[in-house]
Amino acid sequence: MLRVHSYESMGTHDGPGLRLVVFVQGCRFNCLYCANPDTISTTGGKNTSIEEIVAMAKSQKAFFGKKGGVTISGGEPTLQAAELIKLFKALKAEGINTCLDTNGNNMNEEVRELLEYTDIVLLDVKHMNPEQHKYITGRSNDNTFKFADYLKEKNIKTWLRYVLVPGLSDQEEALIALGEHFKDFNNIERLEILPYHTLGKHKYEVLNKPYKLENVPSNTEEQLERAQNMLKPYFKYVQVN
Amino acid sequence: MANRNEFKTGNWSEAIDVRNFVQLNLTPYEGDASFLCGASERTKKVWDACVEALKEERDNGGVRSIDNILVSTITSHKAGYIDQENETVVGLQTDAVLRRSMKPLGGVKVVEKALAENGLEMESHTRDIFNYRKTHNDGVFDVYTDEIRTYRSLGFLTGLPDNYARGRVIGDYRRMALYGTARLIEAKKADLAAISGPMSEETIRLREEVSEQIKALKEITLMGSYYGCDLSRPAETAQEAVQWVYLAYLAAIKEQDGAAMSFGNTSSFLDIYINRDLEAGLITEEYAQELIDQLVIKLRMVRHLRMSSYNEIFAGDPTWVTESIGGTFNDGRTKVTKTSFRFLQTLYNLGPSPEPNMTVLWSNALPEGFKNFCAQVSIDTSSVQYENDDLMRTTRHSDDYGIACCVSFQEIGKHIQFFGARCNLAKALLLALNGGRCENTGKLVVKGIPALSSDTLDYEEVMTNYRKVLKDMARVYNDSMNIIHYMHDKYYYERAQMALVDTNPHINLAYGVAGLSITADSLSAIKYATVKCKRNEEGLSTGFDIDGDYPCYGNDDDRADSIAVEVTNFMNAELKKLPVYKNAEPTLSVLTITSNVMYGKKTGATPDGREKGVAFAPGANPMHGRDKNGAIASLSSVSKINYTSALDGVSNTFSIVPRSLGHNDEERCENLISMMDGYFSKNAHHLNVNVLNREMLKDAMENPEKYPQLTIRVSGYAVNFVKLSREHQLEVLSRSFFEKM
Repeated sequence: MLRVHSYESMGTHDGPGLRLVVFVQGCRFNCLYCANPDTISTTGGKNTSIEEIVAMAKSQKAFFGKKGGVTISGGEPTLQAAELIKLFKALKAEGINTCLDTNGNNMNEEVRELLEYTDIVLLDVKHMNPEQHKYITGRSNDNTFKFADYLKEKNIKTWLRYVLVPGLSDQEEALIALGEHFKDFNNIERLEILPYHTLGKHKYEVLNKPYKLENVPSNTEEQLERAQNMLKPYFKYVQVN
Repeated sequence: MANRNEFKTGNWSEAIDVRNFVQLNLTPYEGDASFLCGASERTKKVWDACVEALKEERDNGGVRSIDNILVSTITSHKAGYIDQENETVVGLQTDAVLRRSMKPLGGVKVVEKALAENGLEMESHTRDIFNYRKTHNDGVFDVYTDEIRTYRSLGFLTGLPDNYARGRVIGDYRRMALYGTARLIEAKKADLAAISGPMSEETIRLREEVSEQIKALKEITLMGSYYGCDLSRPAETAQEAVQWVYLAYLAAIKEQDGAAMSFGNTSSFLDIYINRDLEAGLITEEYAQELIDQLVIKLRMVRHLRMSSYNEIFAGDPTWVTESIGGTFNDGRTKVTKTSFRFLQTLYNLGPSPEPNMTVLWSNALPEGFKNFCAQVSIDTSSVQYENDDLMRTTRHSDDYGIACCVSFQEIGKHIQFFGARCNLAKALLLALNGGRCENTGKLVVKGIPALSSDTLDYEEVMTNYRKVLKDMARVYNDSMNIIHYMHDKYYYERAQMALVDTNPHINLAYGVAGLSITADSLSAIKYATVKCKRNEEGLSTGFDIDGDYPCYGNDDDRADSIAVEVTNFMNAELKKLPVYKNAEPTLSVLTITSNVMYGKKTGATPDGREKGVAFAPGANPMHGRDKNGAIASLSSVSKINYTSALDGVSNTFSIVPRSLGHNDEERCENLISMMDGYFSKNAHHLNVNVLNREMLKDAMENPEKYPQLTIRVSGYAVNFVKLSREHQLEVLSRSFFEKM
């Protein structure tokens, strides 16, 4: 059984092509800007059988075209790696492309096995500076770097993702450090800049949690362009998502 | 002058067989859109004059002017022009552009009402004719039974073509270009001679009909002469082919004001002439585009005189000049030609428009270049709908068909259709909960429906009652259809169109249902949650308490989707049991046009939690806001409705904001193509595609003058958004727009 928060059957921003995105419940990060705070708690969500999700994916397979497939996002999927191994095995058996959207914080035997059935990883790097990373997420970024090294070693196709928050993660030195660190990772096909948005703000009110970035504005077009230009030299492709 | 003998000959040379001509002479085009041209100077001048006239029409409350003297017939009005020296294709319904005419044979009172709403009266001598001449509407109401009147007035059967022309017949307008009237008259005369005794009612009727067709062909020849066109002979050039086809259509819309008078599948046919003249160096690509642009301008200017109440069922003054584009031959060759592209290109050259109703016959085998162009045009204009060519071609066994109205298959020149509006499935469900009584009035509509044993609804008990109700509704619906089409033939026969159709064609009767998603969700709630019925002092249902979760149609969940499938199958099977006038084949659509708003108004609270009066979802769409798993899950649910149980079509309207389709144009096109390939490979039938921002629609509501051409696809057709009533605009805004955070 997988604890599922919700589905987006027409995912066009979470991996290549048209994808069924399954948002799972539970995450150990506590990002200041989290747009899905209702997925953080490890309780809640709907216990859903692997068969049910596979049936949904099979029913929608015709829409995936040449590039699309299933993306597991969240929440943090690797917290439920044992169940996801079953799911990804079954999807591979159906010829369906698999994509894992992760913060890279958890690495263990199960996650290593899960990656054997993963076609593409969306690896979210929150910040290059350890203190700033801890400030944003509540945890260190050591594990994420180790995770990235493992993906490189196994040559697993990866899209790097970086949430650009004005004042919080868009410092010039942070962006340059990001580029410098990953420039030689041949498995990284693209960098996606995720613009900070406030669309998740109303969820905090529902959850009765304070919204910590009250006064942070969305990125301007200029800020996005600047970040994109700064990062372009380091990656094969940079996309503002 | 090019020579007709340059065409490959075949059966078409001996008999009336346009399909054979197209098969032998079509040049498929597998390339991209790069060859296309912009609008010519002449086209721009003509279109500018139309834009001016359209503004006058808008400023004048939706009607520019009306001829209240002449009853419109094929020959009633002499030549009319927009800007004669720049018109490459000529012909107007009356003496001036956007001037509407009277066609009272459907019902004189309807025309009088429409005139009165515009501050006019019918000229007295003209009115006097109808003191002696009976109309379709009079005939129907002479025969209607009390129970039909009850079903109709309470809103179980609505929008029936009993006070307006039924439409839905597509003449094979291509025949005019390929054969000319002399040859067509000769063929019809031979048919007439072959219809001999014994003189049964059927035979007498058919002989009269064919005689009328021959007279119509002679009148069409005369009408052509007003414009200096000798329609008695075949068209010889590309310009003549376009002109001849248009004049044949013009004859039809001068004589009839059918709700939907569609154009057929002319684009690939016309391409044969255009391609030949291009290859012979007689014309340029710019001129080829000018021909199509100017034909399309004419099709955009088609108008009929309507009462304002007509707007309730068909909002936005639609005419459904549906042109079917693309598709595939049975032998696997594509029917896409350069003229398929040229038709879509008019949406750039002239700007977006609801008419002609551009319908792409989608097949997985369509050339990539064409798929890309279609996707781009949809993203840029939201003016295109798509229908599943692979499904229709194989199920209906023809590769020479068009779409009548919104979604209905029609083999061109071989089939016609009797339009049947629709019945209200959701309101019928309330009869099953109220002992056969109307939930609003308490009036007994269906006899023999037992009261429910408990107010906590039991699925099996409700279904048993519901099946009885549907069976009875099918019977009364069938009665009404037989009366309506008998009278329409008698008083308002489509002579001009039937002259361009085979004698004694196959007829499909187009029944319809509304409220499918509400019905499926209501039954799912009863089955999977606990639903308690609240009743007033008369014992009629007024609302429902729902305890627990239940699956909704539109989430790719078989528990709910299978109910929608089952209800459709059942209603279709009941209708199929009943014999129809002229041995028509019963078919069913899941389509509402814009009447989902009106149907909702007439329907009390339903067990899915919908409150009294709230609009239904259109067509086969899931109810707005309940398709929680996103667009693909929603499309997957709709694709489960069996086309074989709904041969008249299963309409689905899809709206998405551009960002949700992808990051950039290239990705958006690619994703839209993946989506349509996927949807149609699952045997889905129809899809309207809107790529729009909600904010733009809100702005258009407040500032309509900024958006004169803003076009959106509604249920099976397209409308100018600013022409919709506020109520319809709000309903469009409330629909599921697939957005992404």
